[in-house]
Amino acid sequence: MTKLLQTLFDGLAVGSLYALIALGYTMVYGILQFINFAHSDVFMTGAWVAYVVAATAGWAALGGDAPPLYAGLFTLFASMLFCAILGFGIERLAYRPLRKAPRLNVLITAIGISLFLENIGQRPELFGTQPQKMPQLLPDTTLFTIADVNFRVVDLTVIAVALVLMAVLQWLVFHTRLGRAMRAVSHNFSVASLMGINVDAVISFTFVVGSAMAAAAGFLYVMKYPGALKQPADSTWILLGLKCFVAAVIGGIGNVRGAMLGGVLIGLMEMFGAAYLSPHMRDIYVFSLLIIVLLVRPAGLLGRATVEKV
Amino acid sequence: MRSDTRAPGPWSVLFSTLALGLGPLVLGGCDKMRGGSETAKGPGPASEAKGGEAKPDAPGGDTILIGEFGSLTGSEATFGQSTHNGIMLAVDEINQAGGVKGKKLAVKTYDDQGKSQEAGTVVTRLITEDKVVAILGEVASSLSLAGGRVAQQYGIPMISPSSTNPQVTQIGDMIFRVCFIDPYQGFVMAKFTRENLKFGKVAVLYDQAQAYSKGLKDDFIKSFKEMGGEIVSEQAYTGGDQDFSAQLTTIKGTSPEAIFLPGYYTDVGNVALQARKLGVNATLLGGDGWDSAKLTEIGGAAIEGAYYSNHYSHEEQRPEVQAFVKKYQAKFSQVPDGLAALGYDSARLLAEAMGRSPSLGGKDLAAALAATRDFKGVTGVISIDAERNAKKPAVILQVKGGKPTYSATVAPN
Amino acid sequence: MLGARAAALRPGYGFVLSRAVGPFGAFLALAFVMQLVVVPWAGPFYEKLLMDIGINCLLAVSLNLVNGFTGQFSIGHAGFMAVGGYVAGAVTYYGSFVLWGSPAVHGGFLGGGDLLFLAGCLVGGLFSAGAGYLVGLPSLRLRGDYLAIVTLGFGEILRVLLQQTNDVIFVPAQIEAATPWQMATALGGALGFSGIPFYTTVFWVFVMLGLLLIVAFRLKESSEGRAFLSIRENEIAAEAMGIDTTRYKVRAFVLAAFFAGIAGALFAHETGTTLNPRELGFQKSFDIVIMVVLGGMGSISGALVAAVLLTVLPEFLREFADWRLVIYALSLIIMMRFRPQGLFGIREIWELWRKPPGASPAGRGAS
Repeated sequence: MTKLLQTLFDGLAVGSLYALIALGYTMVYGILQFINFAHSDVFMTGAWVAYVVAATAGWAALGGDAPPLYAGLFTLFASMLFCAILGFGIERLAYRPLRKAPRLNVLITAIGISLFLENIGQRPELFGTQPQKMPQLLPDTTLFTIADVNFRVVDLTVIAVALVLMAVLQWLVFHTRLGRAMRAVSHNFSVASLMGINVDAVISFTFVVGSAMAAAAGFLYVMKYPGALKQPADSTWILLGLKCFVAAVIGGIGNVRGAMLGGVLIGLMEMFGAAYLSPHMRDIYVFSLLIIVLLVRPAGLLGRATVEKV
Repeated sequence: MRSDTRAPGPWSVLFSTLALGLGPLVLGGCDKMRGGSETAKGPGPASEAKGGEAKPDAPGGDTILIGEFGSLTGSEATFGQSTHNGIMLAVDEINQAGGVKGKKLAVKTYDDQGKSQEAGTVVTRLITEDKVVAILGEVASSLSLAGGRVAQQYGIPMISPSSTNPQVTQIGDMIFRVCFIDPYQGFVMAKFTRENLKFGKVAVLYDQAQAYSKGLKDDFIKSFKEMGGEIVSEQAYTGGDQDFSAQLTTIKGTSPEAIFLPGYYTDVGNVALQARKLGVNATLLGGDGWDSAKLTEIGGAAIEGAYYSNHYSHEEQRPEVQAFVKKYQAKFSQVPDGLAALGYDSARLLAEAMGRSPSLGGKDLAAALAATRDFKGVTGVISIDAERNAKKPAVILQVKGGKPTYSATVAPN
Repeated sequence: MLGARAAALRPGYGFVLSRAVGPFGAFLALAFVMQLVVVPWAGPFYEKLLMDIGINCLLAVSLNLVNGFTGQFSIGHAGFMAVGGYVAGAVTYYGSFVLWGSPAVHGGFLGGGDLLFLAGCLVGGLFSAGAGYLVGLPSLRLRGDYLAIVTLGFGEILRVLLQQTNDVIFVPAQIEAATPWQMATALGGALGFSGIPFYTTVFWVFVMLGLLLIVAFRLKESSEGRAFLSIRENEIAAEAMGIDTTRYKVRAFVLAAFFAGIAGALFAHETGTTLNPRELGFQKSFDIVIMVVLGGMGSISGALVAAVLLTVLPEFLREFADWRLVIYALSLIIMMRFRPQGLFGIREIWELWRKPPGASPAGRGAS
């Protein structure tokens, strides 16, 4: 029973991380209908920027059991800001000129940017080719224990931050004018622009939000796994990105709530698969689940099947 | 009917293909037929390479060209770079001391991005275009296998600085290495665990996507069981995983005295941190994949007290080690890791064999390499055995006070 | 009456024979010339480069059947390559042991070893085609990028499964005792399938490439191929014209998988390669997609040119090891920005000086 609850809790923590990244994929797909393969590298950059900020500020030394709260918050926001600018730049310089090009071209550009970010990140002037240890910016303790299940501060923070960000996004998309514009653009690109919506601005904004979310996920990721800050070109990042993309597809690509659901599902699936089946097959569980969902419900769990018209 | 509207058929394609195919060839210009038949990889006496016709000593006249292939970019870049530094340091030193046979050594280095296809291509290029007399290369065994088969085919000796998989030198009589092999390393760790640490119950957690990790795990388990130890749990993960809680929880349930982690330092630090968080306090054990300053940086307190086998310790008091560490630090301003030391040794061993060899032809050089006995390397006294593996001691290090410190030396037999 | 007129229109046997055999004969001749004249003159390194070029051409042109002809988007081509390579490798490696007791190259040109190798290529291609059918049938019913996602998933699952296989058996006595199942699961795991004899020569690569090119060009001009193209241009319109889009898509996909399998088989037997699951993952698939897009979607000669360029270019960039991948990534982005239709668009290389098909009223709408 303890194992069940502990796995459930761990799965939720990992799942909310995945959900944050999946949101970026799903928003871009919803509006531009292409798989933004560079998103996993924005996530990677977010994690590394968090490290660079924390390391240069010398917070590694503070460490210990009770690092100051401002250190964590500052690092989080610095990383989100950096990646928001990065996302804006990528869209402006690489994707926008291709607005009318075939989607496959945009996709190749995305692959190009992904390669670029990975390999430029490996330069010694930037992040280098060595993995690093993330300074502890959150108290490394168990907050409370219920029925032998440990609720660690880090995991609770991950879930809390993810929930807050997702709530903000939910509000943004469904309760603001900007959100309405986003939905309009994703619904019908040209009609939205006829209605006086500044499509370019909306798309830029989407990238900014998606990238900031990915950066937050990057920060939370290195908080949860301080020993897993691998070098930029490591396949870990791409694989994580792929999993999150799968989460977005399972939830119904283009659907914001679907991405959240998909992320949590994948997280739970991985953790339960690892705990109760065999732990080294988790990639297979994830991709098998994807294929099954696509066969049974091609539009994803929350996606609506669209009828294509001439 | 379509005959009048059809696009130009395959004939035109033929010509364009021909033109395209010939394009790059204008650059080439060697008169060599196909390099001969592939030699078998078998259990018996290693097959003879067919190459071996005496090569002109060097194209340049007063330099001898050595080829190096390594992962200088891509996710294994750190391994390639350390090895490269070690090799370059050795070559500079040899040249300052007058070179080999009155000639200077030059190194041609190609990057293989950590991909086996690239490894095969660059080794072909080194041998047939740059006409190197010998090849130094690769850390990862899968890449040494790809490059080694090419070197064997052309009869050019190759020394792998640090591929520990037994299959590498089984390719044939041209392939050597200056490091020990996994079965030996597994045996050393098993012996140390059983006899020095007196542990009887050990759990294993390995990376099933890494041949190195899987091979070392098998060898350790085999030796440890033969010595009467018990493997209480055998768990796997896949490279790229970052969460090991499921495996560690299972391991915790079997309460082992130690956990053997035959992975790379990039994962080990992370595993150690998570193990301690979950309250697993067993001693951690590992192999030469742990060797990096990053291990203790990432693992911190969690890795304290762990033991691992390695090729050398920069703390050893042997004069070779101290001189090497000093020079390396002066040049690259960092402490050399095992890969750098092995790269250094491979280049020096090659130069030494070249000095003894009557000519620089593949067969003579291979014979000279095979005859290496008691070569005083940084990573220990090296003798090349009948299987072209280095017979040499392994060092056991213990992480103490955030630093790997010398703990014991286990010599072969 | 009508029959007589039809008979008059029917081309003579000589014509049919020359049309059918001619191109293949030409490719055979080209392959011989390549092997016997070009290779000895160019030297082993360029021989290897030529094989790499040929294999990449096979991959790019076959993927073009799916991505370029039918406009579907597959990013699991390396997975099919892996299926073909591993199956063919297992056939020749273990087959050699069973037949001749060692995995060394056996016999000369068209000797026993070559025949075994060809059988391996065929079996590998068929297995790959079978895998293509299994993957394609369910996912090609759907529209959009789902094929991309499923092929991606297929490639990843395959990678993880291949990594779990056992070490290659190389002791003859153990192989004699091994069951077929044991052999089929002893594919080297994460270390890669090493020890496969080097049967691939420039000759065989270009024979296979010739075969594929003939199929591809014939297809493009046939009614079957027109159906493929119509799906690319407008799937709904194609369906309205009575084309069973799913069936045609699956056909294109299976055909592409077959040739990817053959390419994998050639790759497996090439000098200096080791089949490694890690390297036949989605990054390799991306490389092939890039070739197709760079050449121009649907342009067979474009795919050829792009495959040649992208194989040769890294060789010359090798000197700039540090910046190589950064330069590669940047040139990709710039290329897509300034020449989004690829080198040749949908045209073939010899059509470049003609009016683009879109310009004439009969062109694009023809499907």
